[in-house]
Amino acid sequence: MNSKVTRRRFIKGVVASGAAATTTGMWYAANGQDRPSGAVERLIRINVNGQMRSVDVAPQETLASTLRYKLGLTGTKLGCNRGECGACTVLVDDVATYACSVLTHSMKNARIETVEGLESPNGDLHPVQQAFVEELSPQCGYCTPGQVMSAVALLRANSNPTREEARHAMSGNICRCGSYDSYLNGVMRAVQLG
Amino acid sequence: MAYMHIGKDFVPPDVPGKVTGRIKYAEDYTRDGMVYSRLLTSPIPHARVLDIDASEALAMDGVFGILTADDVYPDGEPQSTGLKILTNEPTLVGEPILALAAIDEKTAETAISRINVTFERLPFVLDPLDSLAEGGPNGYPGDNNTFVFRQGFATEKWTEDQVASFRAGNEPTAEAQQTWSLGDLEAGFAASEFVYETTFTTAGYPHHSMEPRSAMAYWEDGKLYLHGTSQSLTALADGMAPIIGVPKEDIVFINAATGGGFGQRARAGSIPSMAIPAKLSQKINRPVMMRITREEEFTIGGARQGFQGWVKVGFKPDGVMSACDIYIISDNGGKGGGGDASSAADCIDVLYQPDALRFRGTSIVSNTGHRGAQRGPGQNQIAPIIAPIMDKAADALGISRLEIRKINAPRNGDVAGPRQTPFTSAYVPESLDMATQQFDWEGRQSRRRQRNGSKVIGLGLGQGYHNAGRSGMDGIVTMGTDGRLKIHNGVGNLGTYSYASTSRAAAEVLKMPWESCDILNVRTDNHLPITSPQDGSNSIFTNTRTMFGAATDMLNKMKEIAATDLGGDPADYDVSNERVHQIADTSVGYSYAEVAQRALELGGKFTGEAELPEELAEWTQISVSRLAGSAFMGVYHDPRHEGNPPGFTVTCCEIELDLETGKYDILDMVTIADSGTIVHPQGMKNQLVGGAVWGIGLSGYERHLYDPQNGLPASTGYWQSKVPTYLDTPVKIGTGWVDLPDPENPVGARGIGEPSMGAVSAALTAAITDALDGHHFAAAPITADMILNHLAGTEENAVPLAQNNFRG
Ligand code: FES
Ligand code: FES
Repeated sequence: MNSKVTRRRFIKGVVASGAAATTTGMWYAANGQDRPSGAVERLIRINVNGQMRSVDVAPQETLASTLRYKLGLTGTKLGCNRGECGACTVLVDDVATYACSVLTHSMKNARIETVEGLESPNGDLHPVQQAFVEELSPQCGYCTPGQVMSAVALLRANSNPTREEARHAMSGNICRCGSYDSYLNGVMRAVQLG
Repeated sequence: MAYMHIGKDFVPPDVPGKVTGRIKYAEDYTRDGMVYSRLLTSPIPHARVLDIDASEALAMDGVFGILTADDVYPDGEPQSTGLKILTNEPTLVGEPILALAAIDEKTAETAISRINVTFERLPFVLDPLDSLAEGGPNGYPGDNNTFVFRQGFATEKWTEDQVASFRAGNEPTAEAQQTWSLGDLEAGFAASEFVYETTFTTAGYPHHSMEPRSAMAYWEDGKLYLHGTSQSLTALADGMAPIIGVPKEDIVFINAATGGGFGQRARAGSIPSMAIPAKLSQKINRPVMMRITREEEFTIGGARQGFQGWVKVGFKPDGVMSACDIYIISDNGGKGGGGDASSAADCIDVLYQPDALRFRGTSIVSNTGHRGAQRGPGQNQIAPIIAPIMDKAADALGISRLEIRKINAPRNGDVAGPRQTPFTSAYVPESLDMATQQFDWEGRQSRRRQRNGSKVIGLGLGQGYHNAGRSGMDGIVTMGTDGRLKIHNGVGNLGTYSYASTSRAAAEVLKMPWESCDILNVRTDNHLPITSPQDGSNSIFTNTRTMFGAATDMLNKMKEIAATDLGGDPADYDVSNERVHQIADTSVGYSYAEVAQRALELGGKFTGEAELPEELAEWTQISVSRLAGSAFMGVYHDPRHEGNPPGFTVTCCEIELDLETGKYDILDMVTIADSGTIVHPQGMKNQLVGGAVWGIGLSGYERHLYDPQNGLPASTGYWQSKVPTYLDTPVKIGTGWVDLPDPENPVGARGIGEPSMGAVSAALTAAITDALDGHHFAAAPITADMILNHLAGTEENAVPLAQNNFRG
């Protein structure tokens, strides 16, 4: 990884701020549906997929909630909403990040990329997406956007990983369908597609 | 046979949507005026609701109403172990008591916190053997601990001595609830040279599908629109309509993709929670979204049945399994249950063809979540228990581990199971040969138990089985005047791509380029035929039959129209290049667009208005009646097939086990399938590698843990219930298939989704046993701490045979 901020540091940072690991009793509070409290600036601008978006964000709102429920970017999935599965993985300044485990308010100066932002303007799939199609990497597809984003992060940091390196880089993404072999085939094919 | 589509890879139409995030799962939808539902669930494992006071909650701003068990079951709750929509008699922690709808989830949750529910605590049990013992707690309503088919709740007790003797490793002496047997067991053991006897446990554990079972519903013009999650499409809607209480013609189930099912979302009865937003929406007249959290998914999402069992197996000097006697107590959980135990015995009979076999089984409650079908229910729990016994027999009799499996392998013409059903075809010896050659099994034998520092090599060979095909379903294909083939497919989309691969059978019959075909699925108002639930590895077999049949009906109608209009006999016609034409003179014929136009002009049977198959299911009849007259139609009802279409797998693996940590790396793994003709190689490979990951979880990691004091679940998330990750699975898994056609399927196909797991679990457990000089844990999973305790000579501190506790 070439970035200053690793995924682990992101998670640690969030745990310290007390907003991670939303459980049954808390997760609704993180989805940003509650009314203005007035104490914290709520209307903020964040850079998502190259566009500055104005969005009304509750103080305790996670990035995954903002993306899904405020910006309609439902490609980012919630599998656990507490930093266990990777379904919500997006890129923050090129680093694969669990969007369920960071607060949107901490994203004001960040560059956020979601699975919706990967296709080229003319609609061509990103090489990782194309490779995943060719290798039939997804099964149920629910973990797929997260797997795609982790693979993109890997290839930006290391354009020619070994399969073993890819396996480690992708290991924050669970696939309950067990399609790991096919995702790794996809990553290795994406290396070739460049 | 040379096929145009069968056996060739293609891009299933939903794949681009999966890699771009565009495909929608239930929770991705929204609707104007949509409000949100939250659940109040039982905080205790067994209770009775005495009173619900929701007055304060209902008076809150932004609260629209609640739904209780009294609303959904005005005539009283069903007295069964089945999952209920809502209940006043919870038998597990997390069971939904009521649902509340509000303007947003925070308001809903705040309102729920203001509802006062008075519970009467009732005894609960986590270990079925505790309940089985005289005087032990009973976890079902009415102070019962078992459920007898057609009789209802009942109580089953052993003496304390009988339970203690079983826990001490002895054959259970109490009469079993269920039994079946084949052959002469006594003679089988008398003829045995090697006899092995052990008690065993296998853990139940959650399905943990990645997509929580969120659902959204609204009503419009008297019709219910339900966005949900399921392995099946029409089979789900067909079963869900009566649960919700809506006529079948008035439910539209919308389900483009499902984030994993693994047996738990195949049927309406295993996912009745989807009725909650449907009924709330009806009550408050607004669209209702019910988002389900990971923890809620755990508590209502189900688990595999766990086993506490005893097995005795005998082998003749020539290696033939002469007798198998098996007794299983299966854990029914607080809800659900299943036939896993009998299926386990059946699996032994299938895979090893013993001369004699006796099955005895009893199912007992534990207040530990819902139990239901999970990938290979029964077959896969028993696979890792038996594989090391095969190796022990081989070693004792001086036969190779491969040879003893070949000696006992099922073959074409063999029969198995309580009804001695013949296989439709079986190529297990061929699969064993292919797997061991691809893996170089013989060449690697010299590496067995080789030490390298603290590490030691183990080799394992395993087999898996599940019956893999049904019949009796319906098929519909239509064609408009554009000449495109519309394949109406109700299979459901959970990631096997069988909705698409079975559709290829229709394209095959009509020699239709894939680009000229449209699959209609995603929502049931696409006029879909009834299908079998997408479970039990059946879809490929079942639905290639219906798709093939419907397209053949269209083909015959094409020929009839052409012969009537253009002269000759229908038998004089064939199809190619999207035309029906005379065989002798291909210039005489109609394009598909033209023949569809003629069909519309002729009407009647050509457009589904007459001469329909009499046995069509009600669901299919509704679809056909809505389509009738609008398009050229092929309709088919599939008759029943003969025999048992099996899915078989064989796996070889090599592990390196670290004796200092109890952990192991899987250095290499090869899995080979015998599942008839392969329809979709990439999809097939995915089922094999996916099943492998599940097998690794079963053998090594996945558990169902409960706090013994309060009965609270401890494995509600991915970190407490370890699902295998990239790093727990091999860097590469070798796959292959024997690819020999099955005669009971028009394209030769049989299923594979479930056996792919059993063979891997068997091979991995055999390899762990091998690495530990043959130490047989007789358990699944075998965790690192169990290995370390064994190596240290430390007694496990758990109660023998106990399940659902903090063992290890
Ligand atoms: S949803 Fe964020 S890690 Fe699971
Ligand atoms: S493809 Fe289903 S969870 Fe990964």
